[in-house]
Amino acid sequence: MAVVLMEKNISDKAQSWLHRFAILTAVATFLLLGAGGLVTSHEAGMSVPDWPNSYGYNMFLFPPSKWIGGIFYEHTHRLWATVVGLLTTVLAVWLWLKDSRSWMKWLGFAAFLGVIAQGVLGGLRVTLSMDSLGVFHGVIAQSFFALVCAIALFTSRFWFKLTAKPSMATVPRGLRSHVLYVTILIFLQLALGATMRHQHAGLSISDFPLAHGQIWPDTSAAAIARYNAERMDVLNANPITAFQVILQMVHRLGAVLIFLGVAAAAGLAVKRLGKKDLLTKVAFFWLGLIVVQIALGIETIWSNKAADIATAHVLVGAVSLVTGSLWCIIAFARKAPVTETDSRAMFSPQPSLAGAK
Amino acid sequence: MLVSLAYMKISFTLMLVVGFAASSLSNAADITGVITFKGTPPPEKEIVPLENDPTCGALHTEKPYTHFYAVDASGGLGDVVVSLSVTGKSTGATAAPAVLDQKGCLYVPSILAVQTGQKIVVKNSDPCIHNVHTVSKNGNDQHNDAQMAGGPDLTYTFDKPEDFMKFQCDVHPWMFAWVTIEDSPYFSLSGKDGSFTIKNVPPGKYTITASHRKLGKETLDVEVKDSDVKVEFPPFAVK
Repeated sequence: MAVVLMEKNISDKAQSWLHRFAILTAVATFLLLGAGGLVTSHEAGMSVPDWPNSYGYNMFLFPPSKWIGGIFYEHTHRLWATVVGLLTTVLAVWLWLKDSRSWMKWLGFAAFLGVIAQGVLGGLRVTLSMDSLGVFHGVIAQSFFALVCAIALFTSRFWFKLTAKPSMATVPRGLRSHVLYVTILIFLQLALGATMRHQHAGLSISDFPLAHGQIWPDTSAAAIARYNAERMDVLNANPITAFQVILQMVHRLGAVLIFLGVAAAAGLAVKRLGKKDLLTKVAFFWLGLIVVQIALGIETIWSNKAADIATAHVLVGAVSLVTGSLWCIIAFARKAPVTETDSRAMFSPQPSLAGAK
Repeated sequence: MLVSLAYMKISFTLMLVVGFAASSLSNAADITGVITFKGTPPPEKEIVPLENDPTCGALHTEKPYTHFYAVDASGGLGDVVVSLSVTGKSTGATAAPAVLDQKGCLYVPSILAVQTGQKIVVKNSDPCIHNVHTVSKNGNDQHNDAQMAGGPDLTYTFDKPEDFMKFQCDVHPWMFAWVTIEDSPYFSLSGKDGSFTIKNVPPGKYTITASHRKLGKETLDVEVKDSDVKVEFPPFAVK
């Protein structure tokens, strides 16, 4: 990834505030992911039948006394989404006006478009009553979070220092590619998880480590009928299907592959970069996240999909995706040193950031 | 003379039509039976989220439980839809509306059987908001409508036959009802003792199906001649 650091025309202090605002937006987005996760975990996605109004009220004037049951989760999710939309708009405008890197201006614009798309997708999911839109809404939410975190990275002092020093230790291509592939695998796992959650069928497999009492569950019509006959779910879950059982099994296998992939990344980082390298430390943090994520996944099953556990599972999945993504971005920025001529072409005189030397 | 002839022709035709209709009705018969359950059903579950809801919990003096298996002391199985394999004979447009109530933050009844084109009136007898959300797997119109406390009844009709279409409330996710939509009037919902009666079935050979939402279906062949028929399904069981 070729990064061109152009001369900045804003002060260090202004850049610092921009970075802080980007972090604020990222944190707000993380909270919104949690709010949205709670909506699905509580099966409340359709509890407010209209959009953008709420039971006929302007959404900002809907009386709190009516925020009952599932309405509480769905309505507060919509309100917080508005906050994130505003923060993202301000961030995009700020980047456009003040960041001299043209690619950052467009990244901010992409974030703005992303948050608008998310709002519309969420609204259409309700008005068209389409579960498939709910899946897209969930997956794009995770991607948007990664984007906003990347913007926070790109506006940081750390990033400017990193890209100002082309002589820093490079990350071997094999390691970079490995982490990229594992990050993509995490994204696919998240998409699979979103698909599972939007089946609205509760737990298609209610035991662990076995699956319906077997290593690989019986998915014959008779077996599925038995699972449905035996399941006594108090919530309005759809009947289990063979597809859903297989989906969960693939999700379990994906978890194993991701664990092995991240563990390998951490091991390779120690070997190739050394223990003290930042990316090695991040890789081990990533591994810790995956261990927590697997534990949350198991507890989601053992707790019969308790809403708080299932939502925590969504959030840690999002942080895992962001961690892999930022690792890749940093790693790709630390490519092999270019020739002196190329350096002069790529890097104009650096701003005087404190500690940038 | 000509007037008298025309009068006789009309009268004779009318007598034939009435006589034919009367003979059809007089040949129609009822199909009866009792649906049974073999074994011990899984225990019903306490609806804890309902109890924990401050508004809904206050509406119950006893613990609310799920109602998946309505088995009486003698093994009779209720809430089974028993229907004939007849389509295109719906009289739903002129049938009395079926009523689905939301009471104590539960749908009452939880299982309903109606005809295509028959009105389903959904009432809200609770002091809180519900949303009425229909989830069809067979191409019927999807609905998701707000129903305020004390608000007007909502009315729906569905055009396509469907087994156990779900009505749910997303404000209170433990609330759901299952509505089977038949394309003829030849169906019955088994009572608490498992008994059912399909009335006024014209003579002929049919396939009769007993459907339980969680236990699946059983089918038999039945022939109706000129007297009531009793059918005996094998007992349902959790296999």
